[in-house]
Amino acid sequence: MSGKMSSIMLRALVYAATAITLGVLFFLIGYILVKGVPYLTPSLFALKYTSDNVSMFPAIINTIVMTTLSLLIAVPFGIFTAIYLVEYAKRGNKLVEAIRLTTETLAGIPSIVYGLFGMLFFVTYLGLGYSLIAGSATLSIMILPLVMRTSEEALRAVPDSYREASFGIGAGRLRTVGKIVLPSAVPGILAGVILAIGRIVGETAALIYTAGTVARIPETVFSSTRTLSVHMYLLSSEGFNTDQAYATAVVLLAIVLLINTLSAAIAKKVTKA
Amino acid sequence: MNKEKVKIRNLDLFYGDFQALTKVNMVIPEREITAFIGPSGCGKSTFLKTLNRMNDLVEGCRITGEVLLDGEDIYKGTDVNLLRKRVGMVFQRPNPFPMSIYDNIAYGPRTHGIHSKVKLDEIVERSLRNAAIWDEVKDRLKKSALSISGGQQQRVCIARALAVEPEVLLMDEPTSALDPISTAKIEDLVLELKEDYTIIIVTHNMQQAARVSDNTAFFLLGEVVEFGDTESLFSIPKDKRTEDYITGRFG
Repeated sequence: MSGKMSSIMLRALVYAATAITLGVLFFLIGYILVKGVPYLTPSLFALKYTSDNVSMFPAIINTIVMTTLSLLIAVPFGIFTAIYLVEYAKRGNKLVEAIRLTTETLAGIPSIVYGLFGMLFFVTYLGLGYSLIAGSATLSIMILPLVMRTSEEALRAVPDSYREASFGIGAGRLRTVGKIVLPSAVPGILAGVILAIGRIVGETAALIYTAGTVARIPETVFSSTRTLSVHMYLLSSEGFNTDQAYATAVVLLAIVLLINTLSAAIAKKVTKA
Repeated sequence: MNKEKVKIRNLDLFYGDFQALTKVNMVIPEREITAFIGPSGCGKSTFLKTLNRMNDLVEGCRITGEVLLDGEDIYKGTDVNLLRKRVGMVFQRPNPFPMSIYDNIAYGPRTHGIHSKVKLDEIVERSLRNAAIWDEVKDRLKKSALSISGGQQQRVCIARALAVEPEVLLMDEPTSALDPISTAKIEDLVLELKEDYTIIIVTHNMQQAARVSDNTAFFLLGEVVEFGDTESLFSIPKDKRTEDYITGRFG
């Protein structure tokens, strides 16, 4: 085959792949919008869920609370571990190897296994019951490797010349990390947090076992809750409210989109400063 | 020769099993410019970094011998952060922090406990003036330091180093990433700075060493081949290897 021929083939292949990827995305979004938007009635956003009116409003609130709680637990641990690995640990340290192996293993575990663990440990053993706190504790273990790895990469991407300059002026390690390295790494860390939010918002398996399915706005962290994804799963599996499940999917999509735009804006603002 | 500021005795330096510096002995006088020349990989930058213990950051780096600053061994019980305040450093590539010019300069003083706005303003202005960059940046102190040219960035980095009032200034090939005009500005600046500071400069450029320095050390394969006042080293080198190098026969 001539060089020109293969170049044309390759180009066609690249275009086809792009078209298919975009096509699938648009078809999916379009399908959900067409099926869901007509059923987006105001009553679906009523304060209370009843079997006659399967309002998703409690689930929206639960999703926000669940996400916030899980991030509050996982993000500090993730960032501090990453700081230890990048800034403090010596290369070839046994502990570093152990941490790396652990996180890689954790990242590869299916979410339903986390759910099972959460049920056995948080729900039963610690006696937390099906609750917001058991759910978010489980989810935070699930997203910890993700937050940690992306934070680690973000910290490693900060040029060593910044560190040298800071040390060279007589700043200690703590100040160098806090004032120079961490601020430069914020956009990368945020990217990891966004991915983590995506996983939390989309999670069902791990939550059904740990947070339960009660469709009510939680009173305390020990209340059982359902997030939007769980709500959607239950609606469609019960089979009576498939249309409302699509409507829920529309809201879920909108929320994910909103989070992405918002965090992109935050990242941009932070890098500028 | 002025009073001795830094004295190095029998310094050996190893990276793991590799010996990068062998038996270095040197006396660096106060308020003079001392240049280190030599081919790439000869150990001159490595040696420079032993003078403010930046080599502490390199894993597997080990030294024996003594480095005396005003007669005190900097490797024995010295607070390394205070040492680096006294012995400042300017790097090969301009490396301003990704923050405003003002904050770049104020970073050092803030690190060492100065927080008064009035005082910081004063230090920032004085440092930028001393680094001959004040007039060029005085109207955009709040702008990012990354938005100015490479030559200006390097002078901001010099100002940043001066802001903590060091006694010694180490410069690791400070002009190698700059154009000839910026280089000339930095060289003029270095000559002015020696009124107040002891300056040690590593350079690839022999003309630069000849132009600015009072003393020159020629390094080869981790050893100091020859050290003496610049004029005689360049006009009547004592060692055959120095002569070969400065006449351009290798390196």
